Amino acid sequence: MSGVPGLSLSGTARIDGQMLFGPLDISAPAGRWTCLLGPSGVGKTTLLRLIAGIEDVAVLDGAVSASDSAPLPGRIALMAQSDLLMPWLNVIDNVMLGARLRGAAPDRARAQGVLERVGLASHAAKHPDTLSGGERQRAALARTLMEDRAVVLLDEPFSALDARTRAEMQDLAADLLQDRTVLMVTHDPGEAIRLGHQVLLLTERGCEAIPLPDTAPPRAVDDAQALAAQGALLSRLMVKA
Amino acid sequence: MTRPWLTAALSAALAIALWQALVTLTGMPRFILPGPGLVAKTLWTSRALIAEHAVITMIEVLVGLALGAILGGMTAIGLAASPMARSLIRPMMVFSQAIPVFALAPVLTLWLGYGLWSKVAMALLIIYFPVTSAFFDALMRTPKGWLDLARVMGASPRRIMWHIRVPAGLPGFASGLRLAAVYAPIGAIIGEWVGASKGLGYLMLLANGRAKIDLMFAALIVLAIFTLILHAAVDRACRKWLD
Repeated sequence: MSGVPGLSLSGTARIDGQMLFGPLDISAPAGRWTCLLGPSGVGKTTLLRLIAGIEDVAVLDGAVSASDSAPLPGRIALMAQSDLLMPWLNVIDNVMLGARLRGAAPDRARAQGVLERVGLASHAAKHPDTLSGGERQRAALARTLMEDRAVVLLDEPFSALDARTRAEMQDLAADLLQDRTVLMVTHDPGEAIRLGHQVLLLTERGCEAIPLPDTAPPRAVDDAQALAAQGALLSRLMVKA
Repeated sequence: MTRPWLTAALSAALAIALWQALVTLTGMPRFILPGPGLVAKTLWTSRALIAEHAVITMIEVLVGLALGAILGGMTAIGLAASPMARSLIRPMMVFSQAIPVFALAPVLTLWLGYGLWSKVAMALLIIYFPVTSAFFDALMRTPKGWLDLARVMGASPRRIMWHIRVPAGLPGFASGLRLAAVYAPIGAIIGEWVGASKGLGYLMLLANGRAKIDLMFAALIVLAIFTLILHAAVDRACRKWLD
């Protein structure tokens, strides 16, 4: 992967003239994981959608830009809370969906390789409804990897998983998406602290950076420093606006 | 129920018993209400006559159903693809539904003649709206997450339509087709009543006029069974390919 850019968003978002968030100035450094936390309704998902260029309701009075000044469209992959697998396609066809949608020839060998990396090699021909929740999210991760984009936006991708599967998926994603610019929205302080090179807390008052342990992510689930940071972050979240 | 065919058979037996009971209790003459036994007998003795007319009706229904499915499907995709088409054509479609199909039958016969095509047109007319409407609604209900994903992947609206919205909307298309399988015979029969020299509808009208109520009932039963089989076949096909 060459030329991974950092991301930045600055400005104010409004829905029908009503302020949603801002004025904000958020940046996600190149090749690092930035985790974005905050109460519901503060506009985290909208922020992600504005960066992805798919927001139809909120209007950003400001700018989204890449640190290399090149346009972002075509350099972003998105992974959401729902796996968004097409039920009529089998796993490998879901993984190759992007190529199909762009009218390009799908690279089946590479898709098979990507499925191997997420541990779904033997599930390529299965349909999504025969997979478990964790396997479905692995397939979604494989589809995201297949896109091979420099910037990856994650919108609470693991929040519907059980604790063990979630921790496994976090490690897997941290491994497979390293060196990419990742912006992840999450509700889980533990997840943010485990995975973030940078953790941002978005509230009605603005955006602030949360202090992190010195260790490099992904931090162990029982890392004492990480657990302390997680506790501090949770207390910080519980302070009323 | 573990054996649907058993309950269906029991239900049919019950209906026949009620029918026979009605004939016996009221003592109605056979030219007003024939019993199931007489109708079964007529069904057998006039089988060649009924079959000859039934084939005509079946062809009308199947052609109407196929054309209605194609036209309805294409209209739904066109409407879903274009907001302009929606604002221009949807009011027209709703208005067309306010016109009773019965009232159009004589005109269709006038325009298309006494043959096959006026009945096909009638069947098509009656199923066009339910097919279009069911498929269109499904196309407009594509989960937003899928559309967002496709946009981030750089898909054109045209490819989103073919690779996401149409496959996602096929179950809706299927429910339209299931309705159509039941409505299409009604359309064909209306067409035959208004002007025809062949078909089950024509045979029923003829038998009724000659006080051969047993023959009318026999033709009616054949039509009902055909409709049930058609519905079951369409349902099976939809389950296999569309749902």
